[in-house]
Amino acid sequence: MKRDEKPSLMRGSHIVAEAAVRAGCRYYFGYPITPQNELPEYMSRRLPEVGGTFVQAESEIASINMVIGASMAGARVMTSSSSPGISLKQEGISYLGGLELPAVIVNMMRGGPGLGNIAPSQSDYFQATRGGGHGDYRTIVLAPASGQELCDLTYRAFDLADHYRNPVLILADGMMGQMMEPVRFPVLRDVQKLPKKPWTITGAKGRKSHFIRSLILDPGQMEEHNWKLIRKYEQITDQEVQYETFKTEDAKLVIVAFGTAARIAKAAVKRARAEGLPVGLLRPITLWPYPKKALRELSKHAKHFFVFELNAGQMVEDVQLALKGDADVFFYGRPGGVVPNPAEIARIISRQFFQKEIV
Amino acid sequence: MKKVFSRPKLLKPNPFHYCPGCGHSLLHRVVAEVIEEMEADEIAIGIPPAGCAVLAYNYFDVDMGEAAHGRGAALATGVKRVLPDHLVFTYQGDGDIAAIGTAETVHAANRGEKITCIFVNNAVYGMTGGQMAPTTILGQPTTTSPGGRTGNRDGFPLNLSEMLAVTRGSAYIERTSVTTPAGIRATKKAVRKAFEIQLQGLGFTLVEVLSPCPTNLKMSPADACKWVDTEMVNFFPLGVIKDITAPQENHDAH
Amino acid sequence: MLIKTVFAGFGGQGVLSMGYVLAYAAMIEGLQVTYLPSYGAEVRGGTANCTVAVSNEEIASPIASTPDNVVVMNNPSLEKFQHQILTGGVMFLNSNLVEQRPVRGDIIVREIPCNDLAHTLGSDQSANMVMLGGFIQQTSLVRLESIQSAISDVFKEKKKAKEMNLKALNVGYDYMKNREENA
Ligand SMILES: Cc1ncc(C[n+]2csc(CCOP(=O)(O)OP(=O)(O)O)c2C)c(N)n1
Ligand code: SF4
Repeated sequence: MKRDEKPSLMRGSHIVAEAAVRAGCRYYFGYPITPQNELPEYMSRRLPEVGGTFVQAESEIASINMVIGASMAGARVMTSSSSPGISLKQEGISYLGGLELPAVIVNMMRGGPGLGNIAPSQSDYFQATRGGGHGDYRTIVLAPASGQELCDLTYRAFDLADHYRNPVLILADGMMGQMMEPVRFPVLRDVQKLPKKPWTITGAKGRKSHFIRSLILDPGQMEEHNWKLIRKYEQITDQEVQYETFKTEDAKLVIVAFGTAARIAKAAVKRARAEGLPVGLLRPITLWPYPKKALRELSKHAKHFFVFELNAGQMVEDVQLALKGDADVFFYGRPGGVVPNPAEIARIISRQFFQKEIV
Repeated sequence: MKKVFSRPKLLKPNPFHYCPGCGHSLLHRVVAEVIEEMEADEIAIGIPPAGCAVLAYNYFDVDMGEAAHGRGAALATGVKRVLPDHLVFTYQGDGDIAAIGTAETVHAANRGEKITCIFVNNAVYGMTGGQMAPTTILGQPTTTSPGGRTGNRDGFPLNLSEMLAVTRGSAYIERTSVTTPAGIRATKKAVRKAFEIQLQGLGFTLVEVLSPCPTNLKMSPADACKWVDTEMVNFFPLGVIKDITAPQENHDAH
Repeated sequence: MLIKTVFAGFGGQGVLSMGYVLAYAAMIEGLQVTYLPSYGAEVRGGTANCTVAVSNEEIASPIASTPDNVVVMNNPSLEKFQHQILTGGVMFLNSNLVEQRPVRGDIIVREIPCNDLAHTLGSDQSANMVMLGGFIQQTSLVRLESIQSAISDVFKEKKKAKEMNLKALNVGYDYMKNREENA
């Protein structure tokens, strides 16, 4: 992939926006909410420069439905919000799933429930990975942990969405949205050269008319549609799992963390390693599909797993499901927007080694 | 009148699932005829609602994309922004457009989205079995306003079209009915005008069509029409509500 | 090496651009860097701050619960950050605007009369770059030339501001250098 020669120093929300534009996104619909306002602000300036359109909608519900319309018409389209707004978008996300429409949705998570606060949090993990809306559907969930990854995963999200005709959720948090890091963008993509989408509604010119719908009243047909979706999800599970491992080869204890928590966990692993403790990190990059196989593989030599999240314990359930009781799973979390420092996590690691007599 | 009952080319040969005497059937014909007469079938994109017309895509032989309940105007906004030269229309019931979708509709109108909403006002929730609608008139009994709607208990009938006329982005709004041949002709004229104004890019357009629902009114088709013409119109008077293309003095008359 | 610096002051004092220029300079040098501004409710009431972390390794958290350096441009920021700074950390004070002095004896304090120095240049708004110059002279976090390139890049569309900022940077740098030599 060709990239800009020089790095840019930009905040996470701007990185996501620019990466989307580079990937060929020309339509953005959204509603303001902290801590991601910089994203729509950026789009309102940037999209007109590339012939695109920005609309500030009257609500998150309206904006996700505008996304549906633009996606039906064949465009690469995005919306973004933070936790309370993502709750409102769930209706539309379920429709995107049922209608098999590509779209990219960004959640810069904040502390909750309710109005909560605007501090970084990971408490929407269940909502993101379990669908969030009604019905048997799945959303591909990508969890970036750095500025560069915000860029690269956003860029990739549009390809994944189009390829599978499925919504893709970028799950970051308020801190990632605000933080600046150097990033090297892929060069602007030629939208004319994007793969054609024969299924869109663009006017029945020289072809039969199309319709796109999720209403299927006949149970037999609805079941067929559901099985078709399930097969698609199985294919995604087979092919799109992404994760990073760090010093896991000889690890007796493996920390599992994503996004911001994984950055902290990684630094904690380095500290613990300096003390001579055999500890490693598994960082899921796709939260759905989840790297279950990788976890099972690790459990052949690591019998202790330490799940660290910025919430009260959500991803830990996926770890437990993957390990099926074959290893000890310990959880430590900080909900409400508190971000602990690596020293704190390193102390917990050493305590685990001591208490559980891990040798 | 003969023409109204012959099947327009842009309606697929599937038999309608609507009840006998239902206004939806008539209105489908009207809309299909207008698209055909305007030779707009290659640029037309319809957005059916959740409501009795949810299967409209089985009838209209143009591109159609289904919206969630009430979100037609938002979805149409997305389509139209991507395809600005196309003829984009929503087809929505009163519950869809004037209850759950009020915000989307008001703001689409206020942004002056170049779309047309075909708003079928039958004073009840047809699809879900005759519950009270935002347009249920005072005194009208429904399954959720037993004994008849009272303002005190149930709130008042909502005049969405008049509300939308106040927005700066709306260009053309008219209320018609499909209960008489003359009403059908007026409806056809209004739909055509709305479509033309949309294609001229002048702003948001809407045609509200008073439509009989004999099933939920528990009346014969003829009586249901009569009820619309004598009772419903008292709350929802027919005529042009806003037309920015009309000469100024006509405009002031409203 | 991991060094975290907090820049804090009133909204209009350019504390965010101080941090941004430093982060940009670190990027030019190929160092790992994060920049985290205060946001949302935190910036109500007119105070602003940002944290810049510079390292030669991946940076875990852009947050500084115990910053190595704190640059204080007004009184409320002294209140807020004097108890967070690391033992042995350096606190840079804009001595023209900050009346109190830190109560802690375990930190190093460097005072710079940023507003007076900026005033001699005829540009009161450049007090922030005066401070940044002094800060760089003391911490050697990045090279002076890197900061100069950063300013040239960041302000490339605003020629006047660029020139003035470069001047102010040097004034602050020289001020600290002279003090050191005369001490
Ligand atoms: C979110 C949501 N709530 C409720 C419904 C159920 N529902 C489907 S259509 C409808 C109302 C239909 O009434 P109207 O819009 O007046 O259209 P009609 O059927 O009378 O043509 C309702 C409540 C739904 N589909 N989605
Ligand atoms: S219930 Fe009413 S609106 Fe629905 S099809 Fe029957 S008559 Fe028409």
